[in-house]
Amino acid sequence: MGKVIVVTSGKGGVGKTTTTANIGAGLAKIGNKVVMVDTDIGLRNLDVVLGLENRIVYDIVDVVRGNCRLRQALIKDKRLEEMYLLPAAQTKDKTAVTEDQMKELCENLKAEFDYVIIDCPAGIEHGFRNAIAGAEEAIVVTTPEVSAVRDADRIIGLLEAAEIRKPKLIINRIRSKMVRSGDMMSVEDILEILAVDLLGIVPDDDVIVISTNRGEPTVLDEESRAGQAFRNIVKRITGQEVPLMSLDEQPGSLWGRLKSLFRGNN
Amino acid sequence: MGVIEALGRFFGKDNSTLSKNVAKERLRLVLINDRVDISDSMMHSLRNDIIEVICKYMEIDEKALEVTLSKEDDGVALVANIPIIKVKRQNA
Repeated sequence: MGKVIVVTSGKGGVGKTTTTANIGAGLAKIGNKVVMVDTDIGLRNLDVVLGLENRIVYDIVDVVRGNCRLRQALIKDKRLEEMYLLPAAQTKDKTAVTEDQMKELCENLKAEFDYVIIDCPAGIEHGFRNAIAGAEEAIVVTTPEVSAVRDADRIIGLLEAAEIRKPKLIINRIRSKMVRSGDMMSVEDILEILAVDLLGIVPDDDVIVISTNRGEPTVLDEESRAGQAFRNIVKRITGQEVPLMSLDEQPGSLWGRLKSLFRGNN
Repeated sequence: MGVIEALGRFFGKDNSTLSKNVAKERLRLVLINDRVDISDSMMHSLRNDIIEVICKYMEIDEKALEVTLSKEDDGVALVANIPIIKVKRQNA
């Protein structure tokens, strides 16, 4: 039996879909059988982030309506052995799927996969309730901004009310220079406010934009810091203890490059 | 305390003006309200009722009156800051 993990945030644009894609691809890279489910009906995006947009035939609404078998709707990635996507419907109404249908879908998926990663839409309404309906664990994504942290707090409250205990936090798009100058909340500042367990931190990295342009998950890029950050997060999900990456080393600086040269990672 | 922050203090840079501290303080306040889930209209009614009661006994500066929620060590407190102009003489 696999694990069903929902990736959520409340606020839009903090990196939920990118996080889902990287966690999914990272888990598949180290040998897990993974399916990612896009529940953002009407605004699907996980397909383009993963570079699988040209291969969609059926979607999640077709599955719950019985227009096709579950197997037929799953898109198999060609780069990674056991990575699949169940895409959202783009043209249907967002009420096309119910909470009970989501629960059943998650049960069916976790019988076959090691990890079922659910990409939740922004907001706290129908789409959110659907996305969390079949989930056992939750990852909350935020950025070091007042609006994103506020929404994360609200989402954590709603998850706990729905009996998804101990959601874990990812702080995305941290800019170490701004944190050092006191113009961006630090990891500690955010944890103090939210009182939740930290799953990982991801530096703001141009590589994310570039890899999204290409439809290739950053986690597969061995060179980049954001890729390293996601690889660490993936290891923690599988139960390994990995120390937080240092935000102070700029790969562009001579010192950072020298250090990474000697250590083989950064 | 980071080195930069320590240097900033040493050279007299006021920590409370760092924008991250402004963000933290604003978040702290907004989350107190979000978490207790009291609507704005309820806070408004509460404020008006408090004014009504106090006005029986004192003349107060209604414009400067502040009723807010604040986080205490274990729980949330209702804090009212009510500037008194003068106490009414009771002619009982």
